[in-house]
Amino acid sequence: MPADNTQLPRLGREAIAKLVANDIPDGAFVNLGIGLPVLVAKHLPKDREIILHSENGILGMGPLDPSQAADPDLINAGKQPISLLTGSSISDSVLSFTMMRGGHLDLSVLGGLEVSASGDLANWHTGAPDAIPGVGGAMDLAIGAKRAFVMMEHQTRDGRPKVVESCTLPLTGAGVVDRIYTDLAIIDVETDGLWVRAMVEGLSLAQLQERTGAALKCDPECRTLYLGEV
Amino acid sequence: MLDKTVHTLAEAVREIPDGATVLVGGFGGSGAPIALLEALLEQGAKDLVVVSNNAGSGTEGLNALIGAGRVRKLICSYPKSADKSQPLAAAFEQLYRAGKVELECIPQGTMVERMRAAGAGLGPFFSPTGYGTLLAEGKESRVIDGIGYVLEQPIRADYALVKADLGDRWGNLTYRLAGRNFAPVMCTAARHAIAQVREIVPLGSIPPEQVMTPAIFVQKVVCHAS
Repeated sequence: MPADNTQLPRLGREAIAKLVANDIPDGAFVNLGIGLPVLVAKHLPKDREIILHSENGILGMGPLDPSQAADPDLINAGKQPISLLTGSSISDSVLSFTMMRGGHLDLSVLGGLEVSASGDLANWHTGAPDAIPGVGGAMDLAIGAKRAFVMMEHQTRDGRPKVVESCTLPLTGAGVVDRIYTDLAIIDVETDGLWVRAMVEGLSLAQLQERTGAALKCDPECRTLYLGEV
Repeated sequence: MLDKTVHTLAEAVREIPDGATVLVGGFGGSGAPIALLEALLEQGAKDLVVVSNNAGSGTEGLNALIGAGRVRKLICSYPKSADKSQPLAAAFEQLYRAGKVELECIPQGTMVERMRAAGAGLGPFFSPTGYGTLLAEGKESRVIDGIGYVLEQPIRADYALVKADLGDRWGNLTYRLAGRNFAPVMCTAARHAIAQVREIVPLGSIPPEQVMTPAIFVQKVVCHAS
């Protein structure tokens, strides 16, 4: 039975993005995937130089100032207009995927449909029989970066867990996820299991476990995420 | 004298036969050779196998070619719209659901590297991308030094259609911003690469170190100032 979620405190999408942004170190080369991860860009700490990569060959992209005209040849992976930062470069798809698949990116932040206890990620296919398959660069990003973070709601809209023992949806990559950020918690995928590093205020480990499809271990120094502070 | 320039778009695509494998540049609309695709539609070649990252934007270009039933098979990483409010790839979706066009969905980096292998004279290669997934089914998988790999075949093509910025009569090309994307590798993987360029410039006016696709990879250049 799905747990009753009506009274549960939850982080909003922007708050999850802010948590991820705060965990990205100065000087990191990062790819933000389509969907929830795109929100991370606007929360990057101003005092850090974080270089964003886009699979269509851009290294060092920034937001488009509302006063600037959009250029059809300056778009991100989601085909949204962007700008170039000072120091940016443009390369072709071979070099761009060499950055991704070759382990040169420090971090990729991906959206997720399911993550398993062993770090398998499913995020490209809903499993619907009539879905048109479309993977884009997701599989290259999932396996290639030095670290992979996943951002997603902790449960599906109908209350099923998205952190599971093993994925039921088609995989994007096996054993690729390092850390999961949800609206309820931050969970690290370690070789000895899933470790809860932080939980939203007012939530008990039992309540979190009830909403998770795999066994959780709680870090003795587990942080509290206060809704008003993130 | 070496002169690869042709005067019209029609002349540029005239010889593409039915059944040809055609690489089509562009990431979404950026770098998409719309004018060449319109000329190909007009030319009438059918049963085409098209390799492209997307299945066409808007109503023109690849979307129109697919809509006219000219494409037998699409090899593609993302044949749908990331933005549900925009009806991209509409023709593909309709024909795919009706079983009238075949799809080979492959990871974007694998698509790129399969073309690179062909252009660089390599055979099949092992890639870690897609190992253990649906997209590895039917392909040989192997674990080497603890890492799982999928055996991928080169994509060799008859033609490539690309959009470039500057071109000269030898076939040297430059690209504008991120419009470059798949074009350079596609020119290497096709026997005949055809470039629509914004401007044809005199030989020597592109500084040698700024040539992005060297002349040897390009067979035809046509001006389409858009």
